[in-house]
Amino acid sequence: MQRKRRRLHWLDFVIVGVLAAFVSFVWFRIEGTLNYRWNWGIIPNYILRYDAEDGRWVANLLLQGLITTVRVSIYAGILALILGTVLGIARCATNLTVRMLARTYLEVLRNIPPVVVIFIFYFFLSEQLVAAFNIEGWARAIARQENSGVWEFFFGDMRRFPSMISGVIVLALFESAFVGEIVRSGIQSIERGQSEAARSLGMTWVDEMRFIILPQALKRVVPPLANQFISLVKDSSIISLISVQELTYKTVELVASTRAIFEAWITTAGLYFVLCFSLSMLFRRLERDASR
Amino acid sequence: MLDRTPIIDIRGVNKFYDGFQALTDVSLSVFSGQRVVICGPSGSGKSTLIRCINRLEEHSSGQLIVDGTELNDETRNIRAIRQEVGMVFQQFNLFPHLTVLENLTIGPMRVRRASRRDAEATARKYLERVHIPEQADKYPSQLSGGQQQRVAIARSLCMETRVMLFDEPTSALDPEMIGEVLEVMVELADSGMTMIVVTHEMGFARRVADLMVFMEAGRIVETAPPEKFFTNPESERCRVFLEQILSH
Repeated sequence: MQRKRRRLHWLDFVIVGVLAAFVSFVWFRIEGTLNYRWNWGIIPNYILRYDAEDGRWVANLLLQGLITTVRVSIYAGILALILGTVLGIARCATNLTVRMLARTYLEVLRNIPPVVVIFIFYFFLSEQLVAAFNIEGWARAIARQENSGVWEFFFGDMRRFPSMISGVIVLALFESAFVGEIVRSGIQSIERGQSEAARSLGMTWVDEMRFIILPQALKRVVPPLANQFISLVKDSSIISLISVQELTYKTVELVASTRAIFEAWITTAGLYFVLCFSLSMLFRRLERDASR
Repeated sequence: MLDRTPIIDIRGVNKFYDGFQALTDVSLSVFSGQRVVICGPSGSGKSTLIRCINRLEEHSSGQLIVDGTELNDETRNIRAIRQEVGMVFQQFNLFPHLTVLENLTIGPMRVRRASRRDAEATARKYLERVHIPEQADKYPSQLSGGQQQRVAIARSLCMETRVMLFDEPTSALDPEMIGEVLEVMVELADSGMTMIVVTHEMGFARRVADLMVFMEAGRIVETAPPEKFFTNPESERCRVFLEQILSH
């Protein structure tokens, strides 16, 4: 790779100049033609609100949404990792049917836009699952209980639990295809000798996978999995379409009630950026520490 | 020896890799306690042959009987045979995410259902036998090539198999480490282990072999006891090969 220059070149000034001109143009259009009234003052209140009755600070729309986004991402991430690992193993199976099913799942998900996938999964699968297991009634019962504190900590408002769990399932199914590909690449990156050594000891296929191949494969794919998790956090905004009350959904709500379109979306963009960028820095750091 | 049944009986085995014939009508009988050394130019099918014995490769036709069990598609047969036939690889193939001790105990614990205590006791015994008891808690990457290969031999020994296969065990080693591995193998041979060894180490072969096998182009060209094999081989090809390999 060429060494990166550390001093500015005259071309850099041109690039910066063109960018600045473009930004000012957009700014001018908004100011001049839209006659938009900026009102940044209301935004902080929608993140944290002082509850005068209780006398304490409580999360308002945006922070509530952010917390839900974090919750949904974590649960969907865990579920996607499990499903993806199964899928990745299936992709490497000797059985043709298993391999073809896994391949079909992957290709279908890869070649349909995420929004469409989300709707299909929602109506055909997670709705049915929620209904079949009577999750709705179960969650209501918990919500009515006195000591639902632990549940609320993990899942937020229990009355919204069925919708949230649908979101988690849908998102996990969607991401599992990509996790599966990552896991497959990990499994296939393990030298053939490892599998031969395991088999020559007389190990079963299950033991070989569990004790020899997967531990090594998963360790190798931690960096791409971390990246996929960041993608998952961003993709979670799609489930606002099926009324999961995460950050994007709450922002739409906020815009509808205050008409502070620009302020609300810029704030939301900032919140997503801070969340994802911190994750990215965190993973980079962990990776560096692990390689030491 | 004549009235005993061989522990490994290979009868007219052929092996094809799409279009290419790797083994042609190979027959060989190995008896318990026998040490067989297979040599020949590279690509002659030596490795393929011994990899067929524990079914890392599938033979295309012919019969392969190990310890009275015929090798076929039955998974149970294959696993039963692998439990009686250990293998040492050219590239060691130790499990890099496990310590030396764990490398040695995982087979007995998962396959033979041994308790951890028993498995560890066995492991330490065999580590002693390959002269590296002090390395038990290290990871393979912290060991030299010669030490790694000795761990691999110990890993096979821990399964207490009746036969051991060696697939060019010293070919990936630096010259100064070949000696220590061969020494362990000689000791093993002296203890009466049934061994089939693919190697170019003719000094070792002369020292331990009961039977020399020369292969070329997928066929067994010559089978002879070492005295005859090294002094007066029958086939011209074998003579030329030995001259080339012994001249330096």
